[in-house]
Amino acid sequence: MKKLAQYTPFILPGLVLLFLIGLFARGLFLDPSKVESPLIGKPSPAFSLPELKQPDKRLDQSLFQGHVTLLNVWGAWCVACHEEHPVLVELAARKLLPIYGLDYHDDPQAALTMLEKDGDPYTAVLFDASGDVAIDWGVYGAPESFLVDKHGVIRDKYIGPITPEIIETRLIPMLQQLQAEP
Amino acid sequence: MRVVLTALMLLYAGLALAIDSEPPFADPGLQARYEQLTHEFRCLVCQDETVADSNAELAADFRRQIHGMVEAGRSDAEIRQYMVNRYGNFVLYKPPMQRSTVLLWAGPFILLLLALVIVARVVRRRARAQEGAP
Amino acid sequence: MIPELGHLALILALGLATAQAWFGLVGAQRRDGVWLAVVRPAAVAQALFVLGAFAALAYSFLTCDFSVAYVAENSNVALPWPYRITAVWGAHEGSLLLWVTVLALWTLAVARFSRHLPQEFAGRVLGVMGLVTLGFCLFMLTTSDPFMRLLPAAEQGRDLNPILQDPAMAIHPPMLYMGYVGFSVAFAFAVAALLGGRMDPVWARWSRPWTLTAWLFLTFGITLGSWWSYYELGWGGWWFWDPVENASFMPWLVGTALVHSLAVTEKRGAFKNWTALLAIAAFSLSLLGTFLVRSGVLISVHSFASDPRRGIFILSMIGVFVGAALTLYAWRAPTLARGGGFEPFSRETLLLLNNIFLVVAASSVLLGTLYPLFMDAFGLGQLSVGPPYFDAVFVPVMLPFLILLGIGPYVRWKHGDPAATARTLRIAGIAALLAGVVSLILMHGEGALMLGAGALLAVWIGGSAFIEPLAYLRRRRQGRHTTLSRATLGMCVAHLGAAALVLGISVTSLLGIEQDRVMRPGETASVAGYDFSFEGVHPEAGPNYEARQGIFRVSRRGRAVAEMRPEKRAFTTTETTEAAIEPGLFRDFYIALGNPLDQGAWSVRIQYKPLVRFIWLGGLLMMLGGILAASDRRYRARETAAATEYA
Repeated sequence: MKKLAQYTPFILPGLVLLFLIGLFARGLFLDPSKVESPLIGKPSPAFSLPELKQPDKRLDQSLFQGHVTLLNVWGAWCVACHEEHPVLVELAARKLLPIYGLDYHDDPQAALTMLEKDGDPYTAVLFDASGDVAIDWGVYGAPESFLVDKHGVIRDKYIGPITPEIIETRLIPMLQQLQAEP
Repeated sequence: MRVVLTALMLLYAGLALAIDSEPPFADPGLQARYEQLTHEFRCLVCQDETVADSNAELAADFRRQIHGMVEAGRSDAEIRQYMVNRYGNFVLYKPPMQRSTVLLWAGPFILLLLALVIVARVVRRRARAQEGAP
Repeated sequence: MIPELGHLALILALGLATAQAWFGLVGAQRRDGVWLAVVRPAAVAQALFVLGAFAALAYSFLTCDFSVAYVAENSNVALPWPYRITAVWGAHEGSLLLWVTVLALWTLAVARFSRHLPQEFAGRVLGVMGLVTLGFCLFMLTTSDPFMRLLPAAEQGRDLNPILQDPAMAIHPPMLYMGYVGFSVAFAFAVAALLGGRMDPVWARWSRPWTLTAWLFLTFGITLGSWWSYYELGWGGWWFWDPVENASFMPWLVGTALVHSLAVTEKRGAFKNWTALLAIAAFSLSLLGTFLVRSGVLISVHSFASDPRRGIFILSMIGVFVGAALTLYAWRAPTLARGGGFEPFSRETLLLLNNIFLVVAASSVLLGTLYPLFMDAFGLGQLSVGPPYFDAVFVPVMLPFLILLGIGPYVRWKHGDPAATARTLRIAGIAALLAGVVSLILMHGEGALMLGAGALLAVWIGGSAFIEPLAYLRRRRQGRHTTLSRATLGMCVAHLGAAALVLGISVTSLLGIEQDRVMRPGETASVAGYDFSFEGVHPEAGPNYEARQGIFRVSRRGRAVAEMRPEKRAFTTTETTEAAIEPGLFRDFYIALGNPLDQGAWSVRIQYKPLVRFIWLGGLLMMLGGILAASDRRYRARETAAATEYA
């Protein structure tokens, strides 16, 4: 036992090294800049926003009740959103779930033009001029998307463009699970 | 990463620092609180800058909201909670004191204490060796 | 043709480095004089080829050869020629080549100045350095080749990030690398001693000047980085505890402990385990810094483009080098002969405490830097650890250390005399207490205690630093024969630098003023008793940018003090903020433009920064102290007799 105590200071640095290497090896495959959302599992924030295509009409969080929904945060100014758009249009065509848009910090005319030219996957588009509603959703960039269940509870968040891979591996399985819930 | 890049590209990317265009408070105490708070939060777009310094539009939005909350009389704790509710602990530059961060906050001091105890032992041992051999 | 030659040069260097390592390490093990004789020529040849590779890349940049992918991505026809050279190390591949080039320079220096060392020992030192060269050349040739061609060649090239087109930014990486890579020499010396099974005072005397030189370059590099960040980035700050800043600070802290530990090994043959471990740790932290910048594992303003493959390679290198060294340490260190004993109150004890505090400080920085990764990897959530944490932890740990800093030099080796030490330090102590109390009273408010502590410590350390030189001058005046070695003078200068640093940090943090406001042309703002009058913004053209320039006239009680012209510069790819700085030894004014608002109004940030220059002055003094200490006469190699000890 005394020998162990005697040799500890010589072995300890090596053990620290092993731990650090293990930690870094794990870290190489994480993306620290992707901020996890604390809203997953919580009910959607309350909001009241005009609809992009019919500015007199106002929509609020009750629009999530009764069905599983995808809320996609986008803007005509956002290059990655343009790249994501065809994927959303295709997803909408499959009629799996309604897709709502949250048009964030945008010029309404540019947004409408984009929908005209590139297709409109959205059942409705909420227009968030000030960005305050997006902040309530914990949005920090575009595009981001949220999967909301039948009771208006946020169940998943996708940071960055929705890709066919994300649709097949994450969205659809979760969708099936959520639809099966009471 | 794409998200970050997109936002950056649109908002005078690189390292242009932002200067606050929120109106200053009449009460210097409130102004000091506001400045302190905006320096405590991390900008999520330019993730290596504080909300006070970042030129990102999101940071400007944060500053506007924080300004409003300070004006409305919310406490520092409430404002921090507001941000954490939406973005998690990541948004705080000062890590909160909780079970998972005990090691972080106490670690350096425990290490120092341990080290000083060891030094005391070593020094005593050496002093004894000193008596033995010149 | 030239890029291909450069590439070939790297391959040849790789081969020669392998020979250098093999003949050095195995030759020493076998005590084979013939093999050992090959080492030095192999090392010199390898270094020359590396320099050739660097010259080839530099040439490609100078001639704007955009058929080389790396050149096309980091340069542009409009780039002025000095910045074409600095663009060589502007991104990952080139900075790796710079790493190896700096290593080549150190290799040449060691090859040249090691003739007085025993052949086996020198063989081991060069052998270890050869292994490091091998690792990095392999890394470059397999994952990060700067000579890859781009066909068809780009026409214009992409512009270098404008913030890098700056003199301080240009020499900051080379200076840092001189430090990081220089610690590989200290590492090699320690490993060579462990391999040989002996580490005595003579060894410490050989190792010390090399270690000091690496340390002083690192000090300079960090100081430059901080200064550059202040005047270039437009936020008025000088340290952000960013992961890559921390990655340079940790080896510096450990390196400082190392140069002091070497002193004990040199004078008393003690602390061998510490010295060996610190040498290994300093170089390991240098490698860690290299890893952190390129792996994408942490978020940082400095990060080069990340690629898991590169991260894996460097991590493997760290595993191999540090793992082997620590295994050697665990095996051999316990067998090293113990040094002399010492009493509780002695310089040895104080230097032991010095080691402890610096290592705990470095560990704290490591803990804070890696904690977000730790939390994420273990699924404990995401976290940010920023300046509030580091300030809260680092300062308390350093406070006792700073007090000891003043005492250490005046305690005798082995058997200290507390009464004598107290007598020597009496005046400094009283002055420090006075300074502390006066500052406390004058500031009377928030932060007064911290300011008092800062002033007390600065005067304490500064006062202590002056005692020995003044005593020397007094003895001279008395006509007594006396000396003040460069090493001692260097120590005093470096400690004075520490005092300046403490004072600068305390005063600027606690008495500095920052104001963000909206100003219209014709308006005047009052900050810290000075009047800043805004005269509006007008366009200006630069060599490769369009600028919007503001004019501010600074006055005090009606008398003009300065004219300041902050700018917003628009380059082809980005826009930057060029803050206007009115420098002074005792205060800086700092103005940065924000965003234009309506009717010619602008948001601006005005800062008053007292004693901020003392921070970098402190860094420069520490560097100067290192230069003085490293050039002490007793390190000038002239003995050949010492070789017999190891033969």
